Amino acid sequence: MLEKLTDLLGKENVLTAPEDLIPYSFDGTATFRVMPAAVAFPRTTEQVSACVKLACETNTPIITRGSGTGLSGGTVPSEGAVILCLVHMTEIIAVDPANLTLRAQSGAITLKIDEAAAVHGLFYPPDPGSMKISTIGGNVAENSGGLRGLKYGVTRDYVMALTVVLTDGTIATFGNACVKDVAGYSMKDLFIGSEGTLGIITEVLLKLLPRPAARRTMLATFASMEAAAETVSAIIAARIIPCTLEFLDQMTIRCVEDYTKMGLPTECAALLLIETDGHPAAVADEADKMAAIARSHGALEFSTAANEAESLRLASARRSAFSALARVRPTTILEDVTVPRSHLAEMVTFIAKTAADYKLTVGTFGHMGDGNLHPTFLTDERNADEMHRVHLALDAIVTKTLSLGGTITGEHGVGLAKKPWLRQQLGDASLNLMLQLKQTLDPRNLLNPGKIFN
Amino acid sequence: MHCGMCLPTCPTYDTTKRERNSPRGRIALMRAIAEDELPVTREFADEMSYCLGCLACQTACPAGVDYATLFETARADIEQARINPSPTRGFYRFVTLHLLFIHPRLLRVFGKLLRFYQTSGAETLVRKLHLTRLLPANLRRLEPQTPRISEKFSNELIAPLEQPATDPVKHRVALLTGCIQDIAFSEINRDTADVLLANSCEVHTPPVQPCCGSIHSHNGETELARDVARRLINLIPPEKFDAIITNAGGCGSHLRHYTHLLEDDPDYSSRARLWDQKIQDIHEFLAKIQIRPPTAAPFDDETKVTYHDSCHLTHGQKVTLQPRQIIDLIPGLKRVELPEANWCCGSAGVYSITQPEQATLLLNRKVEKIQSTGATHLLTANPGCHLQIQNAMPALKVIHPISVLAQAYRNESISLN
Ligand SMILES: Cc1cc2nc3c(=O)[nH]c(=O)nc-3n(C[C@H](O)[C@H](O)[C@H](O)COP(=O)(O)OP(=O)(O)OC[C@H]3O[C@@H](n4cnc5c(N)ncnc54)[C@H](O)[C@@H]3O)c2cc1C
Ligand code: SF4
Repeated sequence: MLEKLTDLLGKENVLTAPEDLIPYSFDGTATFRVMPAAVAFPRTTEQVSACVKLACETNTPIITRGSGTGLSGGTVPSEGAVILCLVHMTEIIAVDPANLTLRAQSGAITLKIDEAAAVHGLFYPPDPGSMKISTIGGNVAENSGGLRGLKYGVTRDYVMALTVVLTDGTIATFGNACVKDVAGYSMKDLFIGSEGTLGIITEVLLKLLPRPAARRTMLATFASMEAAAETVSAIIAARIIPCTLEFLDQMTIRCVEDYTKMGLPTECAALLLIETDGHPAAVADEADKMAAIARSHGALEFSTAANEAESLRLASARRSAFSALARVRPTTILEDVTVPRSHLAEMVTFIAKTAADYKLTVGTFGHMGDGNLHPTFLTDERNADEMHRVHLALDAIVTKTLSLGGTITGEHGVGLAKKPWLRQQLGDASLNLMLQLKQTLDPRNLLNPGKIFN
Repeated sequence: MHCGMCLPTCPTYDTTKRERNSPRGRIALMRAIAEDELPVTREFADEMSYCLGCLACQTACPAGVDYATLFETARADIEQARINPSPTRGFYRFVTLHLLFIHPRLLRVFGKLLRFYQTSGAETLVRKLHLTRLLPANLRRLEPQTPRISEKFSNELIAPLEQPATDPVKHRVALLTGCIQDIAFSEINRDTADVLLANSCEVHTPPVQPCCGSIHSHNGETELARDVARRLINLIPPEKFDAIITNAGGCGSHLRHYTHLLEDDPDYSSRARLWDQKIQDIHEFLAKIQIRPPTAAPFDDETKVTYHDSCHLTHGQKVTLQPRQIIDLIPGLKRVELPEANWCCGSAGVYSITQPEQATLLLNRKVEKIQSTGATHLLTANPGCHLQIQNAMPALKVIHPISVLAQAYRNESISLN
């Protein structure tokens, strides 16, 4: 297999030395580490297809990888697997301002896609915290969200068509540039969020929006996490849909401040980062209304970013939250639970109580407007006893989430990290249908085996 | 934590898109070595020499990973494992690390010889006769880049103690003259002294100063680095000054970390801590004491300038705003922001000798960005960047921000006359 792979892609595009492979034995997720057999860098859809055919002939498992920032262990190799790393497939093929679309290779970086859109006054809204380095292929495969999910939705809402290499090497295209299309099953939707287990996405056609004319970024601080959560629920209940409603607890604020030194309020128990965008008049109106709601729900302070530069600094500070938490302890085990938004305060309280019960340190932040929380346990994987308690706490949080009608993962995917709880959420009927689908599309289980389910 | 937020800021990852050429990948290799999963191999040594040590990852890393220390430890491990021995390499290392950059007087003698070579016509002759062919390939490539040696070194330009002309003394500071700065850019040291004097400082400049040890630390010679640190602390006792001023990005970045270097030395650990508190980059110091804005312009005509962040000033010392603020205070300058101002220019110490290909790639990218600004003057605060960029763009005027400021102050008295 390796010899043929080298013939196919050239020596410089196939890595096999231990020094080359060790850095591909993990991704952004804590605690998972397995060495791949090789890493290959295809540059075109045809090369990907040829690689997959080779893998088929030799029965070699394939792990598709973008930038490896995934937070559920989606790119952690299985024994003997070859990683297909698509980071050289970065071309932004075309922006079509007449149809408001953008076509790109799947290794294109998320931020570059929005920048290419911006040149035409257009906008690609999904902005995961990792957007400076995550690939659009990874975003589609995880159906990633971002800071603007509340108003603009997630990656799925912007995918119009996909080019996918199937498990036998066939190249297929699903979807098109039409706003409406009901010709048969929506196959593209099947591949969105499929975590590299059904096919390899090599090209995407994305929907763009006009760039909003104005925006305003605000900070509200609170004396309790519940007050912040209730403010979020109240804003939604008041039928205001701002573009961003992000939550940071005190632990997270302090870590982020430690990194950015931008003068964040480290004494408050929680803060909300709020952003509204659109027509200037609507922005002003929404901003006033939200300020009033925050104050009536006990906001200590409510401030507005002075200019665009400060808005950007605040958003980028929020994006650093997860990594910044590693300042406290080396291992960060992060959850991705999501609940219907009326239950936010209850969930936040439960998380704090669970951490205290199991004597664990937790930092919680998240896309609160989406009901999506990232309680992050700050621990050390070398401490077996503490890791055991982390697992028990995770179990408790998952059970609570499900009892509130929530989901175990809002945006990071199941991968390896959330696999133990999938059946508990889905139930047999739903899970079995998924397994059948996987069986049909990848009968030999060569594509990212062992992810989502066994 | 291995989030990957450092990847887009790493110049080598940007070139190859391979994880091992990124901070995250290199740290994974270091970890594998620490956990005995990988021995210190030739490949690892190559990887660590491919790393520029620009520390852009340190600015990008929200988790606060101290890459600088990891990097220096790795290089020291590699030296210890004797992965790279070769007689010529050993000889050059001995001459540079053990002789020239330990004994300042010797470096100055070497500098004088080099100056003689450059000015006596010998250099022209050697170049005409193509005698540089006799040099090993790496050095040959570098030969045209040898810095022009200053006519006078810092000690011939700056008295050991200088007082402000008229103003009362507000601050008592010591001025570090550096090694390369001392012999190739001694005028910048003079300018720094002038600027300090113009801002009510009493300036102490010991005439013979050892190297700060950054070049030793960077090349895995930790013991030598400790040694020069102790000598520098003896020479310039930190308790005696309000601030100890450095004007070269690369030195400052190392000079601030004596605490870590000397933490196991009971005689020096507490003074090292005080030393680190007193070390300040000149721009940082001026901003802190509220610099006196110059009233005259440094140049006759309005001048379009741009500013390049040296890696070790911006990532190593986090001094980014102050130089820009100072430039913006100087009359007659129009500053345009340089795109990718904090992307490494490829100079990175001896990197341009050891990794010429990657260095050239980065330099070309820098040149392109500088050209896009249309500036006639490039301001930058590190001798390595200065040389690297000046060599690539002879028509551009490369100059230290403090030299421009000093000129502005000097012109004040002229305009008064
Ligand atoms: C600091 C930080 C902040 C983050 N913030 C967010 C956030 O706000 N919202 C969010 O949703 N996520 C977030 N993430 C998670 C992660 O960045 C996203 O899941 C992202 O989409 C992964 O992109 P990637 O290119 O790194 O993919 P990878 O990690 O390389 O891959 C992720 C998964 O997708 C599969 N895959 C990748 N490319 C393809 C392809 N072309 N075809 C088929 N399958 C493929 C892989 O097999 C794997 O299962 C964050 C991560 C970090 C480290
Ligand atoms: S060095 Fe910092 S930014 Fe880079 S992967 Fe590690 S934690 Fe993330």
